[in-house]
Amino acid sequence: MSSTVDEIAGPPQSVPFALLDEESKREIRRALLQAVCIPGFQVPFGSREMPVARGWGSGGLQISLAIVGVNDTIKVIDQGDDEGVNAVNLRRLITSSTGIEETSETDEATIVQSRHRIPEDAMTSDHILVLQVPVPEPLRGIERNMKELERMHAEGDYSKMWVSLYEDKVRNGVITQTTGYPCLVAQRYVMATTPIPRWDIPRLHQAEFLTLFGAGREKRVYAIPPFTDVEPLTFEDVPFEVEASNGAKCRLCGSEETFLVETPGSESRWSCSDTAWCRRKRTK
Amino acid sequence: MTMTKSPIITPQAAIRVRGLSKFFGPIDEGAIARTGPEFGTARDPLSGSIVAAWDVNFDVAAGEALGIVGESGSGKSTVLRCIAGDQPSSAGSVHLMCHDEGRTNVLDLSPAARRKLRIDQLSVVYQDPAEGLSLGVTAGGNIADPLTAAGWRNFEAIRVRARDLLDRTEVPLDRMDDIVRNFSGGMRQRVQIARALANNPPIVLLDEPTTGLDASIASGVLDLIRGLLEELDLAVVVVSHDFGVIEMLTQRCIVMQHGRVVEDALTDQLLEDPQHPYSQKLVTAARS
Repeated sequence: MSSTVDEIAGPPQSVPFALLDEESKREIRRALLQAVCIPGFQVPFGSREMPVARGWGSGGLQISLAIVGVNDTIKVIDQGDDEGVNAVNLRRLITSSTGIEETSETDEATIVQSRHRIPEDAMTSDHILVLQVPVPEPLRGIERNMKELERMHAEGDYSKMWVSLYEDKVRNGVITQTTGYPCLVAQRYVMATTPIPRWDIPRLHQAEFLTLFGAGREKRVYAIPPFTDVEPLTFEDVPFEVEASNGAKCRLCGSEETFLVETPGSESRWSCSDTAWCRRKRTK
Repeated sequence: MTMTKSPIITPQAAIRVRGLSKFFGPIDEGAIARTGPEFGTARDPLSGSIVAAWDVNFDVAAGEALGIVGESGSGKSTVLRCIAGDQPSSAGSVHLMCHDEGRTNVLDLSPAARRKLRIDQLSVVYQDPAEGLSLGVTAGGNIADPLTAAGWRNFEAIRVRARDLLDRTEVPLDRMDDIVRNFSGGMRQRVQIARALANNPPIVLLDEPTTGLDASIASGVLDLIRGLLEELDLAVVVVSHDFGVIEMLTQRCIVMQHGRVVEDALTDQLLEDPQHPYSQKLVTAARS
């Protein structure tokens, strides 16, 4: 059953385990070790060309490939959905180059790669969460000069970030920033939690699991080790609030206590963003 | 130079500047000898190096304002920027009573430590408000900046403090939430002064605070500054080429020419009876 593609590709070549060569994986792991040692600090790494476009999860993918072992089980979600096109592609790439098991159940997975969500199910020290990050620099919209950005992080000088929160509140009456809400990690570095919604922010605080952030295009990784303080920047008298759906329920499972997303239409319809959680709730 | 551990600053002096110098290019003793008022230049003709300021000494007490006058290029702004930490200095010492009781030469501090001084110890008001303000941020936000840097985390408290300061500096409160870029020059300068006072710093440096404003606006800003000086017990250094400003704000002043201090006198005295030929020229020019 030889196809044209097979003929062009020629005889099969041996692909290294997890696609990347060992030296590349070691380099990424070294960067990750540094990231874990300095929570919230952005560590530069030599982002590789991947068989996915930059901006499509290449940073998260490289982390997953660098840490995956033969006994791991991978779950990949895009906006909480295991069946998103990009999630499926990334999952196939990881399983086909490693031979490891895939799952949509959080408790069966050891590595969860995600864009925009933390799974609703509680994760434990048995899990590593890998987040795909488009913009790792929390101060990007505030200061353009790279040297000045470095200085601000080095000196913990985040007054400009506070001013931007102040301005947001003055202009809009509330702090409008939704995804990527800036957080202070381990009382030291301000970190972009991009791209997860505010809903998931409190779940990073003192979490049992390790979170690794990868920005392929920006060539940065950073991390939140287990049991680390993650505090959203907020004024004492302006409490941090997660997204409210005003009594909406999931149209499929009826859940009110999960992160819901709205399907646009003549009549707005809400459903769970975490599809695996929703499905399990319905089949129980 | 410091033989004992006792504070080398007397309780009266909030700012003590000794031997402050700033060079551009390599400097040797010859370059010092070949520059200055006698030679009519701050630029060494042999090496091309510039002696922007050489051996500047003065004290300023709390509640006192010292003026630095001189024409463009005389080195007066350089001195101010070296004290503020905007420019590295080449030699000398600056001791501030508010920092370590005046025991530390702040010129030896790291850039980070010097920036910290700018939060609540020492403020600068620049000639160009764009240097001291973020023009794309509201008036209130510009004041929130030093406040949050000093650890303020209560939104309402920041609003109240910003409102008080803007009220004190006569900025209409209905403009508090407008971005500073939409303000007139005089109003921007008032916001800059409000911001400079946010954390009650004991020291304020004013670099040509009213230059570039038209006369009627400038006199209003000067009145404001004078009122604040009388009220707040600040130690102030005012750099200006304008004797009107110096006369109105300061008790003492130094005259600089080609990077050197040529005269050091009480302001009234200087205006009545200038000693150095250059001072005489400046005063005559200002009086004509």
